[in-house]
Amino acid sequence: MRPVDPRLLRYARSTRGFLILAVVLGVVIAALVIGQARLLSTAIVEVAQGRATLTTVSGVLVALAAVFLARALVSWLAEAAAYRTSAKAKAELRAEAMDHVLRLGPLGPAGRDPGAVAALVTRGVDALDAYFARYLPQLVLAVIVPLAVLATVLGQDLLSAIIIAVTLPLIPVFMILIGLYTRARVDRQWETLSRLSGHFLDLVSGLPTLKLFGRAKRQAEAIRSMGERYRSTTMGVLRITFLSSFALELLASLSVALVAVTVGVRLAEGQVSFSVALFVLILAPEAYLPIRLVGQHFHAAAEGLGAAEEVFALLEQSVPTGGTDTPPSHPTIYIEDVGVSYAGRDHPALAATTAVLPPGTLTALVGASGGGKSTLLSVLLGFVAATTGRVRLDDVDLADVDLVHWRRQLGWVSQHPHLVAPGCDHPTIRDAVRLGLPDAGDAQVERALADAGVLAEVQLMPDGLSTSVSEISAGQERRVAIARALLPDPQILLLDEPTASLDGVSEEAVVTALMAARDAGRTVIVVAHRPAVVDAADIVVHVGSAPIPGSMTPPRLPILSRTGMTARDF
Amino acid sequence: MKQMWHAMSLQRGRLAAAAFFGVIAAASTVALLGTSGWLISYAAELPPVLSLSVAAVMVRSFALSRSVFRYLERLVGHDAAFRGLTELRVTIYERLERLAPVGLLRFGRGDLLARLVADVDAALDLPLRVVLPWVQASVVSVATVAFLAWLVPGAGLALGIVLVIGLVVVPWIVAGIAARTERRLAPTRGALSASVVSSLDGAADLLAFDAVDAALADIGRRDAELTRLARRESAGLGLGVGLSTALQGAAVVASLAAAIPAVVDGRIGPAWLAVAALLPLAAYDIVATLPTSALAYQRVRGSAARINEVLDAPEPVHDPHDASPMPRPPLPLRCRGVEASWPGGSAEASAVGRPGEAVLRGVDLDIAAGERVAVVGPSGAGKSTLAMVVLRFLDYSGSVQLDDRQLRDLDGDAVREEVVLLTQDAHIFDTTVRENLHLGNRRATDDDLRAVLTRVGLAGWLTHLPRGLDTDLGPYGASISGGERQRLALARLLLAERRLLVLDEPTEHLDPVAADSLTDDLLAVTAGRSTLLITHRLRGLDQVDRIVVLIAGQVRAAGTHAELVAQGGWYAQRWQAEQERGDLGELIGIIPAGSALVR
Repeated sequence: MRPVDPRLLRYARSTRGFLILAVVLGVVIAALVIGQARLLSTAIVEVAQGRATLTTVSGVLVALAAVFLARALVSWLAEAAAYRTSAKAKAELRAEAMDHVLRLGPLGPAGRDPGAVAALVTRGVDALDAYFARYLPQLVLAVIVPLAVLATVLGQDLLSAIIIAVTLPLIPVFMILIGLYTRARVDRQWETLSRLSGHFLDLVSGLPTLKLFGRAKRQAEAIRSMGERYRSTTMGVLRITFLSSFALELLASLSVALVAVTVGVRLAEGQVSFSVALFVLILAPEAYLPIRLVGQHFHAAAEGLGAAEEVFALLEQSVPTGGTDTPPSHPTIYIEDVGVSYAGRDHPALAATTAVLPPGTLTALVGASGGGKSTLLSVLLGFVAATTGRVRLDDVDLADVDLVHWRRQLGWVSQHPHLVAPGCDHPTIRDAVRLGLPDAGDAQVERALADAGVLAEVQLMPDGLSTSVSEISAGQERRVAIARALLPDPQILLLDEPTASLDGVSEEAVVTALMAARDAGRTVIVVAHRPAVVDAADIVVHVGSAPIPGSMTPPRLPILSRTGMTARDF
Repeated sequence: MKQMWHAMSLQRGRLAAAAFFGVIAAASTVALLGTSGWLISYAAELPPVLSLSVAAVMVRSFALSRSVFRYLERLVGHDAAFRGLTELRVTIYERLERLAPVGLLRFGRGDLLARLVADVDAALDLPLRVVLPWVQASVVSVATVAFLAWLVPGAGLALGIVLVIGLVVVPWIVAGIAARTERRLAPTRGALSASVVSSLDGAADLLAFDAVDAALADIGRRDAELTRLARRESAGLGLGVGLSTALQGAAVVASLAAAIPAVVDGRIGPAWLAVAALLPLAAYDIVATLPTSALAYQRVRGSAARINEVLDAPEPVHDPHDASPMPRPPLPLRCRGVEASWPGGSAEASAVGRPGEAVLRGVDLDIAAGERVAVVGPSGAGKSTLAMVVLRFLDYSGSVQLDDRQLRDLDGDAVREEVVLLTQDAHIFDTTVRENLHLGNRRATDDDLRAVLTRVGLAGWLTHLPRGLDTDLGPYGASISGGERQRLALARLLLAERRLLVLDEPTEHLDPVAADSLTDDLLAVTAGRSTLLITHRLRGLDQVDRIVVLIAGQVRAAGTHAELVAQGGWYAQRWQAEQERGDLGELIGIIPAGSALVR
């Protein structure tokens, strides 16, 4: 782990100002520490050598109190600044991460599900508190204070300065050496540890299953023995980490003791003055303290930085931006041998498919589950790039058009629509429908709901349009999502199983709405499982592929050869 | 909190040892500075060098003992804390075991449960960050004050007053500020988190509707609110550090002011003045860690409160004190006028009905030995509640008999030796295929395991596994598909050889192809066995002996598939809809894959 990640300075700009402030405060703290030692030793020496009384040193004591107060004020300021910076830097990182992730599309960042990203962006980023409030200020102090102390001691007593100068660098050197020497072992043990700590969660999650098989009560013993292993493994790791901090602490203590004893002996021999000796004694430990504290805060900080590094990794994944061409308005869509395969999967998500979809037609996409119907819609939306073939909009390649522009022509109902409404704590039906047209009035919203065949039901709800979307049924949710897609009156409608979980009456209403859109000249593309939709279609596209190797059952659909096609009446 | 204290107090011997080591380490730190101060001051009187040697040795030994005992304290303290944690986990597990599964339903998704487990782990902080630091600071404070009071009573008094403030008042203020801050920040943080989660869930919708910017603006607004609150509260959060430094100064200056006249008057030797100044400096360094401990205490209390919320939930089922002996097989099931409701307070309860409101309202059901009965109906009709009752996971009123015994008079675990359940979300443990299957029957040989995997249609899957039966399935069986998971769970259940199988929506969450295929295989393996199949899909139900239609907690119709289709009503309508879906197959058949048919 690098002590200060330059990417943190780049992505979280507040960090820069804070670093400068930390350096300034560090210099002030170093000066106060030295001043405090000077005043304290002066007061003691003057009185002990009989040169002063309480009245004559009272000035020194007042100054000492003032130095302590100033230190209190500075550390309070530093702490407060750390919390502010932390909050700001977290907000900056979060904003960048969310901006990036949301534009990555429905597949999201590679190798991560939304739950993991949410945990990273919230709790993960919050772990940066320890980095800003503890580690970073201490790191700055660990550079400034020891150097300042060393320079001051050098001006007073050469031998003590030499002892400090020789022993001080040993601490970071030892830290690194011990770290390198034990890393392999610690890494191995952490691995075991994370497996063991997952075990308790696994058992608790599996409790209902364990209870079914009469094993639940006996698992208490397993938890005990697993806890025992967890403890002994953890202690294995801790023994090493504690031993290294023991070595460092011992080194620091013995160095201070060495300074004290040599300076004491030379003082007794008259080689140094009392005031120099006492000043050096009080100051010496201050040189070692900040370096040791950095080591203590290292682990808490590493957690936060680890989260930050994961955020950076997210930010470095490229966003599919598409091209810059303005898409033609309401084009004919040419799907030319379009196929999609994902790296690492042996069968394509979408096998090569060809179709021509002119404006004013209703197209049904049919085929076995898992055949790529939803993937084809994702290609048309620009969420997924075709790996083979291409999509042409009139004579422009979809890969060359500005996707934001293109999507403004589209209305989409996904297989599992989420009724999101940014800025609403408890989204209502009205909020959800207006997603694509935030300024729409109630009359427009009601017309869209009516077209989706759900207005009558909404009007029967006590709160009408203001009913919370969390209170409506799955079937109503789907139709509200259809209304949301219809509201901006898009040129092209893409719908993924819009009539799933609908009863006959609602299904009929939806089909009527789709036909009306088609008759009004729109292009309507529907993934269909039900005959009611297919019956209404002008074009039927069979999206499918060869049977999935290794799957348990091949699709139960008779696959005819191209030549075996018969023009049957639907 | 009580459970945490109890679990940790079982380790009191080790904790006392850790506290002892910690006190010695802390005392050595204070003594090191005191002795070296005295050494220098005494050396200034130019004594023979040899007379310094005792003090010199003491300085070196305190330096050594400080590090050694700190090491021992950490080692012994952590060891004790981890032992205590194990105890606590066992206690909590035993309680959760009595609540499962109905009492755990409120955790739904895994992350809430993960938080509970993390809260249990937070108990480590109770000894390590709260008790041990406080004991050390108190003991060393008392000893330092006593020594200083013996030297110069005034200095002792001054240090005593400051240390009491440091031990009690400052941690109390800091904890108070932190609690207030947390109260203000928590709702905003929660709102931000909700906004992040809903944006991520709906990322595709936001992108398609060009609403990404609106979502980002919303997150930005909430984060700005959080930053604003943090800015306002930051002064309070830094107060502990500032106060500690100021108090340290007060202790040093007051002690010096009291000791200086004593030196001037000759009551104490001049060499002691440095001691009077340096002891408070060192002692306060130890007390200064307590504000952090106060914060740790706040966190531990929060965790304990969340744990209690779970543990205090009412038990969903009460086993009899003296259970009747289990009847002998065959074991016909006979339900008459069964009523049941979900225990109060859980969110799931509201999905099936209000807490306490009856979900089953007088259900009659018979399953003779070897008979297969399906219970169908819309979601929320009480089908799963019926399964919970039959498995003895939920109390009921009315009559549920296995043979001639009331279910409520039998021991729950004994009932589950005869009745078993397959749900839509059977847990696959983070271990090997073999271990997961052995859960059903520990005595099964590898040949038995292969045979049962073949029966559930996983023979091909098994041959593709890198290490066969020894393959690790990962957390939550993450490496296998939903269909494979359900088949594996079915294999486990078949190995257990129970007399009555309850299958509760086993194909939910699967895509239609996988669901149909699993349904076919389920019906094949359960032929001739007493089975209660709960489903809202009607495929294959012509093969079962009887079908019961459950709507709103009541039996609306019963009979064979043919009878119900002939009768009309919910079943017939549903059947009609499913049939239409099947007709598409024919249509798809005539269009070659990857091409379009224009009409």
